Amino acid sequence: MRNGRRAAISGTAEWVPQRRWDTPMFGLEAYGKLAREALDDAGMELGEIDGILCTRLGDAPMFAPAAVAEYLGIATNFGEVVDLGGANATGMVWRAAAAIEAGVCDACLCLLPSVPAPPQPGASARTQNWMMGADAWGAPHGQFDAPYGLINPNSHFAMVAQRYMYEYDLEPRTLAKIAVQGRENALLNPRAIFRDQPITIEDVLNSPMVVDPLHLLEIVMPCSGGAGVVVTTLERARRTGLRPVVVSGFGEHITHKSITYAPSLTQIPIVAAADRAFAMAGVEREAIEVASMYDCYTITVLVTIEDSGFCAKGEGARFVEEHDLRFSGDWPLNTHGGQLGMGQGGAAGGMSHVVDVVTQLQGRAGRRQVGSAERGYVTGTGGCMSEQVALVLEGA
Amino acid sequence: MAETPPRILPSPTAVTAPFWEAAREHRLLLPLTDSGEPYFYPRAFSPGSLEPGTEWVEAGGRGVLYSYTVDRRGTAPAFVARAPYVIGIVELEEGPRMTTNIVECAIEDVRIGMAVEAVYEDVDEEVTLVQFRPVRLGQETPEGT
Repeated sequence: MRNGRRAAISGTAEWVPQRRWDTPMFGLEAYGKLAREALDDAGMELGEIDGILCTRLGDAPMFAPAAVAEYLGIATNFGEVVDLGGANATGMVWRAAAAIEAGVCDACLCLLPSVPAPPQPGASARTQNWMMGADAWGAPHGQFDAPYGLINPNSHFAMVAQRYMYEYDLEPRTLAKIAVQGRENALLNPRAIFRDQPITIEDVLNSPMVVDPLHLLEIVMPCSGGAGVVVTTLERARRTGLRPVVVSGFGEHITHKSITYAPSLTQIPIVAAADRAFAMAGVEREAIEVASMYDCYTITVLVTIEDSGFCAKGEGARFVEEHDLRFSGDWPLNTHGGQLGMGQGGAAGGMSHVVDVVTQLQGRAGRRQVGSAERGYVTGTGGCMSEQVALVLEGA
Repeated sequence: MAETPPRILPSPTAVTAPFWEAAREHRLLLPLTDSGEPYFYPRAFSPGSLEPGTEWVEAGGRGVLYSYTVDRRGTAPAFVARAPYVIGIVELEEGPRMTTNIVECAIEDVRIGMAVEAVYEDVDEEVTLVQFRPVRLGQETPEGT
């Protein structure tokens, strides 16, 4: 089934998220800049790349992989646009790995640039797309959700938290602990926007309520940024200067777009994705030494821990209370600080979790290194708890 | 301060028009799957089977609040002026869930599991939104507002 081929992540690139991005770049320029940095990190040549994974870019809204290949000056054997929101990064990594294992291609760029383009002469400043596509003519959510204010992910995830608190034991302090311990990790990450700002549980609980029951400090700070990885054959990755990180298991599950129509608000898509990923890898949950879970909100982490199978259903709060989630703790989670601590570099936010675990498995995490970890787990979450991807990554 | 953006209102399609036309008459219409199960939102065919499902059923307009949040800031520009307000998911007695606002209820009194009933907000001559309010014991169900 794997053709005797294994895929591994090698080089990484990651820009420090910024609220205001000082050096505007077009999408194709930013993709190329990230490519150069990721290839340099791996010590690989551009000519080795024969797979492009990207999102639609501002200056390449259609035929994006072809536009990227042309702009970079390469020919490819695999081109893929991924449209899974916060699960783009993890979704790209497994698609690249699957393509490599299938023998379709040998080395892929999985890059998520997310920076503002230079202003267009004569054009008015573009406003942020709050509607997430719901304003498209005919879009069901434009008719049945948007008129009621259910547009922005904040309110979707808040209703997950509210329902979870109704069905299971969960106190606001426990959710706050996720933000606080992520922030403690961020203090040691020079790429984190909040690297100089420690917070306490009281700070979280005293921060303004934005969408009940979620406080401001439980919600990611939207930023610009960029990040990505090179995925290649294990054999090629062994000939780089970096420890290969094998993509040994993956799973993806999508159940809804708007949270109203989710099969469950409290049992999330990661259940199926994680089961598939762990089974494929042949790895037990107990063997995971470092995890990085998509943390657009604190609640996302708590339910993802639980529904990934690290504890029983309904035990997520107890799990969080009983474990030290810092890089130095007994259950290291989001050792880069999470997006809550690092800032959400737009589409690159999800990639920060991939980079986090790869960095740990490669032993390159500096002062927040967890030790010599062999196995890690990464999740991506897109839309409104709509689509989730699980990755099991192993050092080789 | 910028002008308040216009409200976001539905643009009915051929498939969804019966729902919105009924709402203008202060009735809650639900589409039926080919096996006769009410579902929401209306689609061109039965979700899960892709069989045609062109029947509708009039719902009682009662349900319970399944989850909610209070949008304190207006998470989209069109809602800033209305904040704080309650966004909710109602589970109808007939089964389907709908997105709505909880109206005619103090924010601090909103609870998951509370019994709610449809109330119709005539936004303008063309659009009526289906909203929900708490069912108050001993109170007649009015026609709407």
